[in-house]
Amino acid sequence: MARVVAVTGNEAGAEALRQVNPDVCAAYPITPQTDMMQRFAGFVSNGQVDTEMILVESEHSAMSACIGAAAGGGRVITATSSQGLALMWEMLFIAAGDRLPIVMPVVNRALSAPLNIHGDHSDAMGARDSGWIQLWSENAQEAYDNIIQAFRIAEHMDIRLPVMVCLDGFIISHSIERVEYLDDEVVREFVGEYRPMNPLLDVDNPKSYGPLILPDLYHEYKRAQHEVMGRVKGVVLEVASEFEKISGRRYGLFESYRLEDADLVMVILNSAAGTAKDVIDHYRDRGIKAGLLKPRLFRPFPYEEVAEALRNAKAVAVLDRADSFGAYGPLFVEITSATLHLDKRPFLINKIYGLGGRDFLPEHAGQVLEELKEIVETGRVKTIKEYIGVRE
Amino acid sequence: MSEPFWKRLTPGSVILEAGNAVEFKTGSWRAFRPVWKEENCIHCLFCWMFCPDMSVIVEDGKMKGFNYDYCKGCGICALECPGKKGKKAIEMQEEGK
Repeated sequence: MARVVAVTGNEAGAEALRQVNPDVCAAYPITPQTDMMQRFAGFVSNGQVDTEMILVESEHSAMSACIGAAAGGGRVITATSSQGLALMWEMLFIAAGDRLPIVMPVVNRALSAPLNIHGDHSDAMGARDSGWIQLWSENAQEAYDNIIQAFRIAEHMDIRLPVMVCLDGFIISHSIERVEYLDDEVVREFVGEYRPMNPLLDVDNPKSYGPLILPDLYHEYKRAQHEVMGRVKGVVLEVASEFEKISGRRYGLFESYRLEDADLVMVILNSAAGTAKDVIDHYRDRGIKAGLLKPRLFRPFPYEEVAEALRNAKAVAVLDRADSFGAYGPLFVEITSATLHLDKRPFLINKIYGLGGRDFLPEHAGQVLEELKEIVETGRVKTIKEYIGVRE
Repeated sequence: MSEPFWKRLTPGSVILEAGNAVEFKTGSWRAFRPVWKEENCIHCLFCWMFCPDMSVIVEDGKMKGFNYDYCKGCGICALECPGKKGKKAIEMQEEGK
């Protein structure tokens, strides 16, 4: 029977990893991820998992060790945040290019400078082009569920790519919420026995990882990597439908909340979506057709499906908890690309919110919906990109 | 239409065939070639030990010359060669001269 518990996001993440019982974990502590890996290291010390825990001297080494272990033929995990993810930078591309199905919770945190340990999406957005699959999670339950599903997606024989599972630092990682845990056996059966692909430890069949590939073949390997990303959506949906059978919880490529007939739409990732939904309910009570689209699969980005979901919207506000300085926010760029081919495009605005853990308050969501209302009434967008919640 | 070439590549650029570096002849990279002067050779095999590739041919414990298919002309053998009575047994000569 499923257990209902009151836990933090980090605790739920560690629990999912315990239930999966991976072969190798190489990790380095960084706020706000520390607590998740500390709990997992506890499971290792207490003999609750069979995992080989490698304590390394940096995140660059953590990802390097993960790559070696995954190439060796093991089911491999790590977790990180912020500067840690930034330090992994070059190894992220190698994990993806080598097609190694590493699973990594990323507890989203702002990047220095100025130094800040709180939740924002600058870290994972910086890694969006690394070739990793990215799943985003609104709350502790979604983080737990996404981590379990991530193994099936990463390890699918048609995919073999690493997966990041993003959850908001502190807001989710350190807040206690109601979470439903699945039984250990159910999780173990769901993820199944690990099937290695071309493992180095199969010493009877020697092979080489990481060769030099010159201009005569590099382009073709990248073409193949692009092709694999094209298969991810289907696998994510297939895994989600199997997960629904064991959990009763339904996941898609994104969540639509009161979106079907919505005129005014907010697109928002992770924890702030909860606040936005509450405000949308108040608007609906007043007869205003507001709705929300919360992406779950950000890489690869489901352009066609998102465009279809936004087809009837009149005005869309895309909220980014990360900035691309001198450009539009990363999520806004995807939404504008997705809607580009619609016959009738909605008005689109971009709001940068919540950087460095600045709270996203109901009044901010209200302010955005008011602006969308005005845009629809006047047929005019004043400012495309703007910061909200800035102290005056 | 046959399947495009890139679809047949091993995932992650893993090379499944062992020992195929032998097919990659790197000798063409060479700008200087080591030339063996047998009369100055004391068969100490320093050249064989120091060669970063496997380009020094040794038979029955004796130096026999170079395998120019793989020698990249790094010159380590010539540098390390003690020679005989101050005369080197390996000299580097510019290719094409």
